[in-house]
Order: sequence, then C-alpha cells, then structure tokens
Amino acid sequence: MTRIGVVTFPGSLDDRDAARAVRLAGGEPVRLWHRDTDLAGVEAIILPGGFSYGDYLRTGAIARFSPVMASVISAAGRGVPVLGVCNGFQILCESQLLPGALTRNNHLHFICRDQKLRIESSRTAWTAGYRPGAEIVIPIKNGEGRYVADPDTLGRLDGDGLVVARYLDGNPNGSVADIAGIANPAGNVVGLMPHPEHAVETLTGPGTDGLGFFTSVLRQLVRA
Amino acid sequence: MPRLVVDVMLKPEILDPQGQAVQRALERLGFDRVASVRQGKRFEIELAEPGSVDGAAELGRDMAAKLLANTVIEDFTVRVEDDAG
Amino acid sequence: MTARTRNPAAIDTVEHAAATPTLPQPYAELGLAADEYERIRAILGRRPTGCELAMYAVMWSEHCSYKSSKIHLRQFADKAPHSEALLVGMGENAGVVDIGQGWAVTFKIESHNHPSFVEPYQGAATGVGGIVRDILSMGARPVAVLDPLRFGPLDAADTGRVLPGVVAGIGGYGNCLGLPTIGGEIVFDPSYAGNPLVNALCVGVLRRGAIQLAKASGPGNRVILFGAKTGRDGIGGVSVLASATFGSAGSGAADSAKKPSVQVGDPFTEKTLIECSLELFERNLVTGIQDLGGAGLACATSELASAGTGGMRVWLDRVHLREPSMAPHEVLTSESQERMCAVVAPVDVPDFLAICEKWDVDAAVIGEVTDVSAAEADAGGRLIISWHGEVVVDVPPRTVAHEGPVYSRPFTRPADQDALVADAPSPARLARPAGGDELRDTLLRLAGSANLCAKTWVTAQYDRYVQGNTVLAQPADAGMIRVDESTGLGVAVSTDGNGRYTRLDPFAGAQLALAEAYRNVAATGARPLAVTNCLNFGSPEDPAVMWQFAEAVRGLADGCLALGIPVTGGNVSFYNQTGDTAILPTPIVGVLGVIDDVTRRTPTGFRRSGDAVLLLGATSDEFGGSEWAHVVHGHLGGQPPAVDLAAERVLADLLVAGSGAGLLSAAHDLSDGGLAQALVESCLLGEVGARVALPADLDPFVALFAESAARALVAVPTASEQRFTEMCGARGFPVARLGAIGGDALDVQGQFSIPLAELRSIHEATLPARFG
Repeated sequence: MTRIGVVTFPGSLDDRDAARAVRLAGGEPVRLWHRDTDLAGVEAIILPGGFSYGDYLRTGAIARFSPVMASVISAAGRGVPVLGVCNGFQILCESQLLPGALTRNNHLHFICRDQKLRIESSRTAWTAGYRPGAEIVIPIKNGEGRYVADPDTLGRLDGDGLVVARYLDGNPNGSVADIAGIANPAGNVVGLMPHPEHAVETLTGPGTDGLGFFTSVLRQLVRA
Repeated sequence: MPRLVVDVMLKPEILDPQGQAVQRALERLGFDRVASVRQGKRFEIELAEPGSVDGAAELGRDMAAKLLANTVIEDFTVRVEDDAG
Repeated sequence: MTARTRNPAAIDTVEHAAATPTLPQPYAELGLAADEYERIRAILGRRPTGCELAMYAVMWSEHCSYKSSKIHLRQFADKAPHSEALLVGMGENAGVVDIGQGWAVTFKIESHNHPSFVEPYQGAATGVGGIVRDILSMGARPVAVLDPLRFGPLDAADTGRVLPGVVAGIGGYGNCLGLPTIGGEIVFDPSYAGNPLVNALCVGVLRRGAIQLAKASGPGNRVILFGAKTGRDGIGGVSVLASATFGSAGSGAADSAKKPSVQVGDPFTEKTLIECSLELFERNLVTGIQDLGGAGLACATSELASAGTGGMRVWLDRVHLREPSMAPHEVLTSESQERMCAVVAPVDVPDFLAICEKWDVDAAVIGEVTDVSAAEADAGGRLIISWHGEVVVDVPPRTVAHEGPVYSRPFTRPADQDALVADAPSPARLARPAGGDELRDTLLRLAGSANLCAKTWVTAQYDRYVQGNTVLAQPADAGMIRVDESTGLGVAVSTDGNGRYTRLDPFAGAQLALAEAYRNVAATGARPLAVTNCLNFGSPEDPAVMWQFAEAVRGLADGCLALGIPVTGGNVSFYNQTGDTAILPTPIVGVLGVIDDVTRRTPTGFRRSGDAVLLLGATSDEFGGSEWAHVVHGHLGGQPPAVDLAAERVLADLLVAGSGAGLLSAAHDLSDGGLAQALVESCLLGEVGARVALPADLDPFVALFAESAARALVAVPTASEQRFTEMCGARGFPVARLGAIGGDALDVQGQFSIPLAELRSIHEATLPARFG
C-alpha cells in the first residue's frame, strides 16, 4: 500500500483527520514527528491543519524550522508530493516552498463554514483527479486565511496556471483574487486553505468532495 | 548588556484589518484626529554578552530577516539600546 | 529571590505560629467568618500560619466548598435512580458512564461567569480550559464542547462588549485545542446585564478500564506538578496576606500592582498538556491525577491527599515559578492555568519526565505520598508543606478539602411570587393576534427576535469539524459525536435551561430544563443516560434566592429519578447579581445519551419532499414565561408550561425507537416559540418548505405559539407513516398529521404562507445587524 506521511507539530490538530482521509482513500498513513528528520520512506507528505506552536510569532513561522521540515523541503525539491492544508499552507509559505503569505482574515473573525470552491488546475499531484472547473464543497475553518501576494507573483500564478482553487459564492477571508490554494511550477507542492480531510465522509462532513485530493495523489504514485 | 529592539510592521501595501479596527475603536472613543492606524510587533532582545553596537545591529537584522519578520509581507527596523539603566 | 522570601523570620512558619498565638490575622478580609476561623484554630490546636489561613480561606469559600448548596445537592445522591451505566458518580472531577462496547464517556459542565464580565475573552477562554482539564483528569480524551451562554439585552451597549469577547474566547481556546464546539445556546435577558453566564460543558471519551481518579495513594509515590509554570494569576483575593507579613514592612502597596485578578489562558500549552497526559495514561505511569483549577495547588494537594491514604509531603520551593519573587502563600493559591498534579510510582518517574520532555511540558517533582498513623487518619490525614526548609503548612487535608463549612441558609418564598404567578398571560391580560395576517407577523417577529433568531454569526466562529467525528452540531437538537469508527457507536449531548420558567416556578423550571435536554437528545435517536447541571443563581444570603435554589434542586433531583437518569456531577455558581437584583434563576441541565449506530441518527431539519409532518404530544393554552409574552408584551407572569415527565419518557421512547427502526427522516423538539419556531427551524435547516394545517381542535394562536412540553415534530416517509402512527397509538401518545414537506414556503393552510427566502432573511439578519 502507498505510504503517505502526516507530520505532527506541537499544536497540530487535523493530523488524525488527514490520516483518516489517507486511509479512506486507500493509502497507508504514516505519522511523522516534527523532531525526526527521517521521513520513513513515505511517498508523499501532508502538513496538516492546526495551530502549530500556538501560532506564536506568525502562523507556521516556528514550525517551518522544525527538523522534519529540512527533510520535507529537500523531498519537495526531489518531486515528492507535499500537501499543506491550512496551517500546513502557512508553513509552506513561511518555508518559501510556495510564494506569498497568509494573513489575518479581513473581517478579523475565525470562520468555520462549508465553502464552495472551483478547482482551477488538475495539473498537480493532488488535484489530478478533478476536472478543471469542477465545483466542490469543502469546509474552511481559520482565522488567518487571507492569501496575499505582490502583483508580480500574482501575475506568475495566473499566467503559469499555478492557482489550484478559488473561492466561489463569497470569499470567506479577503484572499486576493479569491485564491484558496496554489501550487509550485512542478505541481508536486500544493497549499490549500480549506480542509479536504473534513469532506471525506457524508456522515461527518458536507459530502465527499475532498476525497479527490487523496485519491489523486495515490493514483499518481501508483502510476509512477 | 546591549539590548536590541526590533520593530516589525506589515508592508504598506498589505491590508491591515487589525489596524483599521483599532482606528474605528479610537474614533468611537472620541479621538477624531486619527488619519490611520497600523499595528505591528516589537521585540526586545537582551543579549547575553557584550559586543560592538554594529555587531549587535547586524545580529538583529539577521534575526529579523530569518525569523522575527516574514519579509514577504513585513518590513523591520533594528535599534541597539545601550544598557544605560 | 528577594531577601524577604529567603529570610525564615519573615515567613510565617508553623513553629512561629505556635509561638505567636495572639497575632491578629486578616481572616475576615479573606472571606472567613469568625466562627470558621475559630474552627480552624481548634482543628490545628494553634493559630494557622499565613499559608494555612490562605488554604482554608480559598478552600472554604463558596466556590470551592459548596457550603451553601451542599445540603440541597445531597438530593442528587439520595434520590439517584439506579443506573447500570454509571461508573463514576458525583464527587470526582467528572462523572463517567459506560456506553457499551468497552467505551466510557465522561462529561461535566462548569461556569466561569464573573471573570467573563470582567474580561470576556479570557474569562470564557479559561472557563473552557478549566472544564477540559477536569475531563482530561478522568483519563479521557476531550472530544467536544458545548457552551450555554446568557447575556444582557441584545442592543445594550455592554452586550456589544461582552458577547463578542466571550464568543471569541470560547472559539479561540476551543479551536486551538482541537475541540469541536457542537452545541450550546444563547439567551438574552435584562437580568443578565451585569452578570453574563458563561457555562462550558466538555465531553471526553475513554476505554472503560482506563478511568483515572484523583487520589494520592501508595506511600512513597511521588507528586509531580506538570504543565505551565506557576505565576501570580488569580491571587488577587489573598493579596491581603502580603501586607500582613509578620514583621516586614511596606510590601503590600507595591505588590498590589503585580497581582492580576484575571487568569490568562494559553491553549497551545493546554493542547500539549492534553497530548502529554494521554500518553502518560496510555503508558500507565499515573496512579492518581488532579487538575488545578480554582484554589490551585491548595486544592490539588489537599484533595489528592484527602481522597488517598491521607498523607502527603510537599516541598513548595520545588514548584517552577514564572516569577521568582513569589511568596509561598501565592504559590499555594495561584490559579495559573494549564497545570495538572499527578501521583507517580518512583520507578515510573523517569519515564513520566521523559514524556513531558518530549511534549515540551514543564514538570517538577514537588512531593510524595506519606504514611499516616491511625490517629492522624482519624483526624483527616496529614499534609505537610515546606518552603526552603521551613514548614509552613501542617494540616489534616480532609478538613481543608472535604470537611468545609456546611451552611443551612434560610430560604423563603419571595413576597412577590404569588402576585407574579397570579399575573397570568390570559387573553384579557395580553392581546393576542387574530387572523392569518397577524399570525404571520407574529411568527416573523418571533423568528427574528433575539432569542429565537439564527445564531450562525456566533457558531461560525467555532470549529465543528476537528477530530472528524462530529455527526451533528448546532443548530441540531443535540450535538452528536461518533466514538467508535468501526461500529458507529456514538453519544449525543444537549444543554438547556429557561430562566423565565424558573422564575415563575423554580421546581417546574428545573424539571422543564431537564425535560428539554432529555427530549433533545432523544430527538436525535440517542437514548438518554446521564445528567450534569450548572446552577446559576443570585446571592445565597438572600432567602428568596435560596428558596429558588432549594426548589430547583428538589425539582431536578425528583425529575432525574422520574426519568431514570442520574446526575453525575455539576457546578453551582452563586452571587450572580448586581446590587440587590439577582439574575433570573437559571439552572442549566446537560443530558448525555448513547446511540449504537450514528448513521441511524435523526437529523433536525426537514429533508425529503413528500414526507409526512406529524406533531407528537398534547398542546394546551400555556403562555407563562413564553417567548411570545416576552417579545410582544415584555410580560413575565403566570405558570410555566405543565410538566409531565411520564409523557416525556413515552415521547423519548417513540423518538428513539422510531429512529432505530428507520421510520423518521427528521425530528425536532418543541420548546421556546412553540410549534411555529419548530416549523421555521426545520424548514430553514433542511432548506425545504412544508404545507401544514393546524389541528382543528386548537385555537390557531395556541397551536402555533403555546410552549407546552413533551412535544416533538417529526417527518416520516409515507411508507412508514402507518407503522409509526401505530407505535404512538400503542403507547397512547397523541399524534396528529399536520401535512407534508414540500415547496419553498412555510404554508399554514387557511392562515398564511411565507416564502423561505423571506423567512430566512428575517431569521438570519438579527445578529449580523447587531455585531457586524
């Protein structure tokens, strides 16, 4: 079975949910501890949601220097698929694996709701299973989800098709250009603010629209 | 011992909703001559060993660039205060 | 360390106390009555040291000793119905119930009212933190939070300060801990204006055999304080001791600025504390554990010792301090958050400390369990605490923790009660709407009113998804959490309470709160199992308030016996009043139930067009304390709705059995706002309309807005309708077919039709308009 690592930082919250999503998608989740540099031979890595280090200093700013991140960064450079969800997205930006930054929601409140998204690109390891333009519903829950980037970066993201998902039916946090998720040029590193791991069972989520993120990467890895 | 003071502010082009909220609150309290408010962070770092002022400032800039500020969205200034008191 | 704290002559040691029996002590400023102070002297055979005085003062306070409520709360035990499921009853940090398949659930509700008025964010945040630690100390993983809240009027200026702060604090702390908030309620009333109520309920899950208890047994076992370091949080009350130092001058004024009266919470520290503690439990490294809440170490040490073999030795200077200049009485009474106290066998200490180190959790071995002689055991044990080699506390811990004062406060029915009850909301007294247009207007007005409007503005600030096991969350009737992924075993919890009903009749009001929570749990298909309660009242020194309390407790205890579900624990919050004006007496009741398979749960909102809409239960002309009387006429008077616990049992059986048999596609209890509100909520939640006709034998106004108890609205697929109706008939329970789900309006035949869009915009506009 394909092994996918889920990193736990102090304060990570959705690591168990990410592991469940991997399992439901047919993969084998492997828990990775922030202090270990050994990635245990996993074929993909998830940086989960939560409040690593209590969001001290800035969200993701301290986690980004954890021993495990050195290995994650180098693995990303080798093309290993890496998905950063919410706090994970924040860590990816702080690590400069992705451009731009996540800041405080423009309305200053934490918001948790079922959010409609449009998948803009299926040319990433994590969204290959979605049709471009697919509209899905996934929970969003954060206080620091507003994506910002300078005009040059935005131009590049748009021009090179690196925007992975955009908010529909209302931008929940003021993110520039309604950006909910982006990818690196190689398409193996994806950062996403909403939580696909909370939309994998109709029992506990708004539906199963999130499962595609996990099945996409599994299919990619089996093929490779 | 020398002490570093690092001030970190969001870059001018970044929306600062917290600063705006503070401004609205000031206005509600009757402070009506406020044109704008930006909110930032201040770090006070006591160094454990004596050293030159220049050396300390460079240390401060290094700390700020690497950790204290996210230079994608934040600017910083570094000041060295002598331990006068 | 300052010279003052190191100099033994300036510390009030036991030796010094024995040698200076007539030294005046500020016991009154610390809240102790003269006879209580004398009793302490009698127990010790000398005057208490400053530290001992502080310990007794905080532990014998109302908040910690329950001195005004104990004699009444005994009824919960005396009248407890026998329950096979009860594993741990009252007296421990939280009750524990067996839910089957080797799983157990612990739950409890607590209040943090006064701090939330002073500092709304931190007051609410630390309230959540405190109850979570209570659950954790039972050996459970906390899995959900519910928050019943009460505020002053919606448009009062101060509500604009308090409510957003409280909501942000609950969200800020709970979300960061990774706990979904799955239920709760918000009620606005002038009586809460200076006294908001912030109650927090936490649910935890554990394996049946893994319950932890708060006892210190096994002489030689070590006592370890772990979690955050200890600072000056919350010690405002004992600051008077600093100025009463024994010989040293001038410390009081300078120190007062340093003493925060508000505790500040750090959820990240608590999150790592939770993970660390769960790993310690899993590795069986703990023989007893207590969380530190009110009264801090004074409470933890005395309670652990008292519940165990009775002997403990503590070296207070081994506590890791945030501020090095703290005096021993400050260390003892500090209410710094995110701390736990564990009892650990010596051989396990290295592993214990290693796990703490792994999670970056501070830990210090501060004491050990000791043997006590038979005489000492009789006297209540022996707790000895030293500070840099000097003994500052030498007390029998049972006298501190479990033998506090017991008051039998006088209570009398208030002078105005008869007039209040006589002022019934009759048609002559309060003009009633007549005709479809007026009924329509009334329905919309109520649906948009403060207490009945949508609370999404609040609930969207809470994470409901974390842990991935939330099956139902507000505005569903009860929150539901999946416990076992492989079998679908789950629990449902609801909290309810109505201050207006309780003001009219405290006995009935408490029973109505119990009935409503019981009904709400059953509506989701879960079988009610156990009860917790948070009793929010005014000053116990007011005989009228004490009467309300005594009646409410009596009603709740009798009610639990009648329904067959025991109280497993709870909390009392007194002194919720401004000057002479007490809050509405507000007993909040939490009921927990179990469901074998969460996939069979009954959702609250209408879902399937074509399904029949049935009204279960009997409706009477009852408007005392109703939302209609309150919103339209500002009236409070008469009797609350009649209580019929036997009917509630039958209704619950029908709802649970119907759910289990797959006969129901939706169920919603009827409560505030009556049938009209239930229809509004069921339609909007399910995003589908309904075409109904009111029962012909009822006045339309009464049918729509009366708040009779023991009623529910259910949706039944037509294929199951006959079978379900027969079930009701077999139990002799009233059932009436109102109509069917369908369309995009709430259509009440012969009266009015309201498009859902119009209904939704009114129902959902109120809070955003107020708070932005």
